[in-house]
This record gives sequence, structure tokens and C-alpha cells, in this order.
Amino acid sequence: MTKSTGPSVSSELRARREGQGLHPDDAFLRPGRIPHIWCPGCGLGIALTAFVKALQKAKMDLDKTCVVSGIGCTGRIAGYLYLDSYHTTHGRAIPFATGLHLVNPELKVIVFSGDGDIFAIGGNHFIHAARRNMDLLVICVNNFNYGMTGGQSGPTTPVGAFTTTAPYGNYEQPFNLAYLAQACGATYVARWTTFHVYRTRDSMAEAMLKRGFRFIEIISTCPVGFGRPNKIGSGLEQMRYFKERSVVKHGIDAREAHLTMGGEIIVGKFVDDERPTFLDMYREQVEQKVAQSGGEEA
Amino acid sequence: MRVRQMENRAVLTGEHFMNGDIACAEGALAAGCRFFGGYPITPATEVAERMARRLPQVGGIYIQMEDEIASMAALLGASWAGAKAMTSTSGPGFSLMVENIGLGMMIETPCVVVNVMRGGPSTGLPTLVGQADVMQARWGSHGDYGCIALSPSSPQEMFDLTIRAFNLSEQFRQPVIMLADEAVAHMTERVTIPPAREIKLVGRKRPSVAPDEFLPFMPDEDLIPPMPNAGDGYRIHVTGLTHDERGYPAISPEAHEPLVRRLVDKVRLNAHLIVDFEEFRMQDASVAVVSYGCSARVAREAVEMAREQGIAAGLLRLKTIWPFPSKRVRELAAQVKVFVVPEINYGQIDHEVQRCAVGKPVVHVGLMGGRILTPQEIFDAVRKASS
Amino acid sequence: MRPRGLPVDAKNQKRPAGEVHIIPERCKGCCFCIEFCPKKVLEQSPEFNYHGYHPPRVSNPDACVQCSMCEMICPEFAIFTTAARSGPAESQEMQSPPSGEGDARSSDGE
Repeated sequence: MTKSTGPSVSSELRARREGQGLHPDDAFLRPGRIPHIWCPGCGLGIALTAFVKALQKAKMDLDKTCVVSGIGCTGRIAGYLYLDSYHTTHGRAIPFATGLHLVNPELKVIVFSGDGDIFAIGGNHFIHAARRNMDLLVICVNNFNYGMTGGQSGPTTPVGAFTTTAPYGNYEQPFNLAYLAQACGATYVARWTTFHVYRTRDSMAEAMLKRGFRFIEIISTCPVGFGRPNKIGSGLEQMRYFKERSVVKHGIDAREAHLTMGGEIIVGKFVDDERPTFLDMYREQVEQKVAQSGGEEA
Repeated sequence: MRVRQMENRAVLTGEHFMNGDIACAEGALAAGCRFFGGYPITPATEVAERMARRLPQVGGIYIQMEDEIASMAALLGASWAGAKAMTSTSGPGFSLMVENIGLGMMIETPCVVVNVMRGGPSTGLPTLVGQADVMQARWGSHGDYGCIALSPSSPQEMFDLTIRAFNLSEQFRQPVIMLADEAVAHMTERVTIPPAREIKLVGRKRPSVAPDEFLPFMPDEDLIPPMPNAGDGYRIHVTGLTHDERGYPAISPEAHEPLVRRLVDKVRLNAHLIVDFEEFRMQDASVAVVSYGCSARVAREAVEMAREQGIAAGLLRLKTIWPFPSKRVRELAAQVKVFVVPEINYGQIDHEVQRCAVGKPVVHVGLMGGRILTPQEIFDAVRKASS
Repeated sequence: MRPRGLPVDAKNQKRPAGEVHIIPERCKGCCFCIEFCPKKVLEQSPEFNYHGYHPPRVSNPDACVQCSMCEMICPEFAIFTTAARSGPAESQEMQSPPSGEGDARSSDGE
């Protein structure tokens, strides 16, 4: 039988809530889960840090904030956050989050998952949730490969990159995720890298306080899955690359923000918009009519 | 939750002449279902259409998801937000849902999945009856888990058993499958809907301790842990990975063993609370006809024909297919000479009867799909078996 | 003469003083904090932590202005800054359980 850790977990939780963790952000993390499983130099810890800082900056109600993730390295993020968090099946975080949100619109539901999870197997769910302007924030950490399973190609792998399933170099065109989100009707689209720690935090905080289908792409280091096969070296080398080759271009058409191997990384906030959400339309079209008609029976 | 108190609109008390799919939808509403996430598929589309119209009238919400995979995922999310949630589909859609049904089993999420069976495999016979998804309901998702599946034989049972399905899913904290078939779903018959106060409803167990003391996957004596809603302040972690009582991933045989055993035992050890069947003229029977769904209606007629000819036939009609009533079938095996299993497939419940028949012969009467069996076909098999 | 480009009240401005706190057992040796600290406060320690990594150590405490870049850029929740207490700024090393803790023990891959 698994050892029950009831009393120690709860007393640690209480201590954390009173501000007695080792690190000031420990209060936002599940006790006993740090160090996390991500590789040295992986940017996911940075994305998690930025997220925790953003929760504080946006003054989110932590009892009402839910995180839903899929499968992959990024998907593990749900397991570290001390919130109602749901680690679901591969690609299906967005529809799961949709169910959570529609039943209780007071919940602030955030989907946090990786490029393969959201855009390969999960692609259909992404485009429909964006189309409907479902009131969800989707944070996608893009490391250009499937890291958890050892570094296979994914829908964002750049042309020419080497992965374990592209041993001769990738010849498939990748998605430009920011462009895809913009095209599908997202009301907030931003891209940063894990080097842009403050801007990532601020984008997340800003998006948390907005309505509608919001999308943030965070380009991340992945020293083992992507860096090594492409001779980019360590996570530090990748971070230096992000620092040197990133160009901030707020407000451009995300179509222009295409990424290539060895090219510049266009970052910024591309879309910041408003349009009626799914529930806005539902209330206007359906609920009002039902209320007016007194509800017919059959 | 956004549910407004419109309970009187949810229960259409009275006598109705109602189609099976519609009765199923009304049963769900009477059971308290306030979320439907689905996708159109013949012959289950009418359930979705009815829910699209009725759910807003009772303060619930209908969403047509982009596919059945999304529908099942949305159900699980809706359930974790506190709603009773349902979807309806047929074979091809059920095949898509199977992975997330497994997630529902693993994270112990109440919800109801209605599979209105049609001719398969694959696209098969979209508008015509089949009963060949029975084993898939039990074993469809990978891994070990317990399955609860109910089998209605009439529009009245489409109403009644949907309510029971919700109650069982809430009590046992897992997806429950309504294994209907196209014939029953598209049949129109009298359906009596009682007053709301006469309908017994079960809700999921809620935590009784504060969040700091709560271990979300620590079961009670009945093997079922209490379930908080998202947003209640419990801040639990829920994962499809093997997990410990804290809900945290625990990738080891030591964690997997008790968890999976409990998921199976939850149903297996409580089977006596779940199993439901009806017997017709079984007391002195020497031929036991075991059937379910639309085939059971035909079988009953065949049993009457047999009795008229002096053959001591009886009918065991399954109202729950899973858990299979092994105990009852073993008891009957001591009494009867032979079992006859009519079903619209090449042999599915037939295997279960064989398993429990303890040496008695089992005769399968099957069609691959597309129409119901005739009483003559079943009677011929019964007569041959009894000789 | 006042150098060009300085604000007129430059003499009255107090440079913030920060203090770096390191949790060495959490460090995985990525060197982000060392590299990206704008004031070069940190260097890699020759010591090993329990897992075999070289955590950072403060080599230039007086230079810290509490910009919190290290805190933001550390993937491991292993370093943070506070305002310096009055007196000479000191670095803090904090103990955390060296073994058995954390999710990283188990190996699994999806």
C-alpha cells in the first residue's frame, strides 16, 4: 500500500500558506514536488516561475483558478501547481477545460501544455475553441519537438532541424503558432521566449485578466530533446541565442512572425482584441429566448 | 453553479407517447443532468437534439463539440466542475470516446455515456440495429477497470435506466454506459414520468474534512473517495498517470497495484448492488434464454411460443450487462439443461454465458446486424436446444 | 561638472541593495542566474550539491540591486532576492532536504 503522507503534507501546506517555505514562491507549488523532473537548462521551470509570478501580479483567486494540461513535459506543469489542476489525455486539455469552464464560468481556466499536445493531436480542439472564442487562456510552451518521449519531430519543428524521427533533417513545414492562433480568432496572441522572463510574466498577467480565447506561445530551451541533436549545446547556449536573436515587434501581423532554424525570433504581442465569447453569444441567443418564451415543453 | 431552480421543468411528469432517444434525454434531465457535450451520430442524434432544446430550459448547457473525443473530455471537465454530465453516441463515436472513458475511470469521474448500438464494425449500418458493442463497453479502453453498463429494452427503460445510470455513476464515481440499441431508441411507446419527488437521486460523496486534511484519492470503506468540485478550495491534483492518495503521479508497481485493484474492485465487490435482471417463467425452466435490449423483447415472445408447445423455456433479461450476473447464471446452470443466447452479433454475451454455464451447452442465435431477430428464429433455436 | 546624461537629482538617488538567497540542493547547474545577472553578482561554486551540480555562489554581494533577474530566470526555484538588511549585504544559503524529496527521483516517460 502506498505510504500515506497525510499529516506531513497538510502541515507543510499550512506552513507554506503562512509563508514558511524555502522559497517565497513555494506557497504556489505542491509540497515535496521540487526538484521537478525537467532537465537542467529546461525552460519549463522558467515558464512555471513566470506563471506563479503572474498569478501574484494579476491577484488571481487561487481557489478559483484551474490549470488543465495534456501529456508531455509541459503537461507536467499541472502537477507542480498548488491549484485545482488536471493532467488529462494527450491533446484533450482544451475540451476538458471547456467542460470545466462552461459549468462554472466563475472559474478561471488556464490550459498549459506543449506544442505537440496542443497542435498535433490537439489541433482540432484548439481551432474550434478559438473559433468559438471560448473564455480560456492557452499557454503553449514550444520547444520544437516531443521532449518527453525523447525528441521526436513535432508540428513546430523547423525545416532542417534534426530529431530522432527526422534523422536526415526535418523536411516538413512547421506551424507558425502565433499566426494560427490569430487566424482562428484568438483575442490575445503573444509570443515570448524563456529568456524574456519579465515580459512572459506580464503577458500572462495581462491575459489572465482578459476575456475570450487568449494564446501565449513561449519558446523554450530544450537542451536534451532539441539542443543536443542540433548541436546547439546546453540550455545556456539556447538562452544566449534567444537573447541575441529575438526581435520585439508588437502589433505586427503574426503571419510575418515565421520562425526558421538559425533565423531571428520575432516576439511580442500580436493581437489584443475583444469579441463576444461563447457564453456571451449563448446568453444572448439562447438563454434570453428561453426566458422570454417561458420555455416550451416539447 | 449556474443552475437555476427549474426542477419542475426538468421532470415532465405524466403519460407520454415517446420515442426511446427522447425518453433517454428526459431521463437524464430528471436525473439532474445539466451538461451535454456531444456530436451527431445516427441513431443517437435525437438525444442531442432534445438536450439542445431542453437543457437551456432547465438552466443547463448544451455544447456540440467538434468530435466525440472532445465530447468525452468535456464531460469529464464538466463533472469536475460539479455537473451531472452526459453524451450520446453510437459505435464509431464510442470507439473515439474510449480513451477518455479510460481517463474517466482512472480519475474516477461520474458521467453517463449512451451508446445507441447500430450495425458495425466501422461505418457499418448507420440506420439499422446492432448489438455488437457489448464487449467493447467492457474492455474498450486499455488497462484494467470496472465497467457498469445498463441495457434498456423499451422507451420506458430508456427513461428509467438513464436515471439509474446517473445514480450509479455518482455513487461509484465513474463513467456508466447505457448500452441501448437502435431498435429501442427509435421505438415509440408509452413512457410514464413520475412526479419529481418520487424520483430517487444519488449525488457524489463530498469531502467532510478541510482542504489541508483532505487526500483526494484516499478511499472510504466502500472503496470510493469523496470528490470535491473545482473551485471549492480543495486545490487537488488529478492525473491520468498512476497516482497515490494525494493524487500526485507515482510511477511504480507499489502505487499501481492498490490503485488499479481498487478501480476494478469498486465495481466487482459491489456487483450485488449493481446487477439487475428480470426473469420470466424461469422457476421451472429447463431452457434458459439469456437476452438483452431489443432482442429480449423478441425472446420473450419466443418463450411464450415455446411454452405453448410444452417446452419449459424461461427468459433471463439483462438490465445490467456489466457487471454480468455471473452468480445468477451459475445458479441457473444447476437448474437448466441448456442456455440459448439471442443477440444481434456473432457472439458476445454468449461468451459470458458460456463462462458461467458450468458445463451446460450454450446455443447462440445471432444476426450480424441490420434487423431484429424474429420470434420464430429464437423459438426454432429453443425447440432444437430442448430436444 | 555634472556628467552628461545624469538626472539632476542623481546625488540624492539611493541605489537599491539586494541580498541573494540560494537553495543549493535545488540547483541543477544550468548557470542562467550566473550568466544573466546584470551586475555579475554570482559565480559558479566549486562545491557540489547532493545531485552533483555546482550551484551558484555570491561573489560580489555589494553589487546586487535586487533586480530579481536570478529569481525570475531560475527554472528550479533555487534562488531569490530580498532587500538587503542594513549593514554589509550577505548571501544566504538555505538548507533543503538533499535526497528523497522531489518529483525527479522517479523515471518515467510518456
